[in-house]
Amino acid sequence: MNDEKEALLDVRNLRVSFESYDARLEKVAFTAISDLGVMVNRGEILAVVGSSGSGKSLLAHAVMGILPENARTGGEMYYRGKPLTVREKARLRGREIAFIPQSVAFLDPLMRVGEQVRGVPGDSLRTKQREAFAHFDLKNETEKLYPFQLSGGMARRVLLSTAYVVDAELIIADEPTPGLDLELALEALKDFRAMADRGKGVILITHDIDLALHVADTISIFYDGRVVETADTDAFGGDGSGLRHPYSRALFGALPQNGFRLDRCPECDGSSATWIVDGKAMRCCCGDARG
Amino acid sequence: MLEVDNIGFRYGDGPWILKNVSFSVEEGERIALLGPSGYGKSTLAKVIAGYVEPAEGKVLWNGKPLPRKGYCPVQLIYQHPEQALDPRWKMEKSLFEAGPLDAEVVKAMGIRPMWFDRWPVELSGGELQRFCVARAMRRETRLLIADEMTTMLDALNQAHIWNVVLGYARRHRMALVAITHNKALAERVAERIVNVPELNRVKVDRSDL
Repeated sequence: MNDEKEALLDVRNLRVSFESYDARLEKVAFTAISDLGVMVNRGEILAVVGSSGSGKSLLAHAVMGILPENARTGGEMYYRGKPLTVREKARLRGREIAFIPQSVAFLDPLMRVGEQVRGVPGDSLRTKQREAFAHFDLKNETEKLYPFQLSGGMARRVLLSTAYVVDAELIIADEPTPGLDLELALEALKDFRAMADRGKGVILITHDIDLALHVADTISIFYDGRVVETADTDAFGGDGSGLRHPYSRALFGALPQNGFRLDRCPECDGSSATWIVDGKAMRCCCGDARG
Repeated sequence: MLEVDNIGFRYGDGPWILKNVSFSVEEGERIALLGPSGYGKSTLAKVIAGYVEPAEGKVLWNGKPLPRKGYCPVQLIYQHPEQALDPRWKMEKSLFEAGPLDAEVVKAMGIRPMWFDRWPVELSGGELQRFCVARAMRRETRLLIADEMTTMLDALNQAHIWNVVLGYARRHRMALVAITHNKALAERVAERIVNVPELNRVKVDRSDL
């Protein structure tokens, strides 16, 4: 088997909806993800780019099997060619599939970070954890600290250590560099590149298309729970003419370095940021009943 | 109009975050404070807007300290709209918090009337930021500080919000201080770019960011 090309994760037609009860105690379902497909190969960084509410974090939570109880999912997921069942997810998460959350808020505030990075009681992983801390330039004493005592940078490196300790094959990182400038973010993401270069797969979830362009091999553009387009990062080069979908082209053209461009609706003058994506096109909804 | 005169800021006896920072903004002028993370950009924004008192120096508005009562002519918009809105106020109440707005502004911002009845958690970040910016687009605002106003938004929403703000600033001679780490954005929105590391010469340890 050619390790380079092995698909680590293959998600097809994923659907996620949430059930709840309305004021009359009738069951209602809200569909958050309607039809989503992504694929990550070994050695690759896939960037999932979309605005807030586009379903990118839900994808991560669905793969990890950590959606809330009222969530219903459909579609198929394969990890290394085998179906990713509920039981498989529970077996793989934190071992072969690592999730790097947005902030230390996901850590246990009452547990020292060393213990959390080891993940199991006892000393069996202590050497590995120290190795991880050394790798990310964290002092040994850091393991005795509680999450609130970490600076932003230390916190991110502690979270990265959790993936390093178990030598995960697939790393899913949800906005790992919030609010950092491009230079610092790229510095922080060097570790992801290094992991990918060692044959791991990385899913980088971000709203920052600029960042994605600098580190990813492939970019998936999400919009309203759907994949609008998946393209090689190269397609975003030059004038963006390698992009097929009008929404990806609009995103590209709206970047400050690419023209800061918006289209206008001929009817109501509404900018393309207020339009909706309708299948293979984008349109203004000023003609719709409720506007 | 706005004069920042030799200000310094630190928490307690900690290291100086801002030191000897001076600059001024004229009426209708658009400047960008450009710099990487960790150089005190957001602290500076809070000082100029009057949210925190500088330890040294002063911020003057037409030669006097900023008014403490009533609508402040200097308004600050920051990075996270969800933290700038009361979660228990419906969107309409937040939007018109300081009184009625020009209907043209609300429309140009792309705020739909059907959102008025919603709670902040029911809208996306880009939609919430439209409300936060629109509610400051009023005659009394003479200087808008945009502290990474669109950093958390996608490129389309970023261009959209800036387009409305720049149009409004030109029409009403509203001054603008854009705080950003994105050079391309600074070049798009400002007439004059000030490099923060040159403005604020404190020692910065970026290894912990």
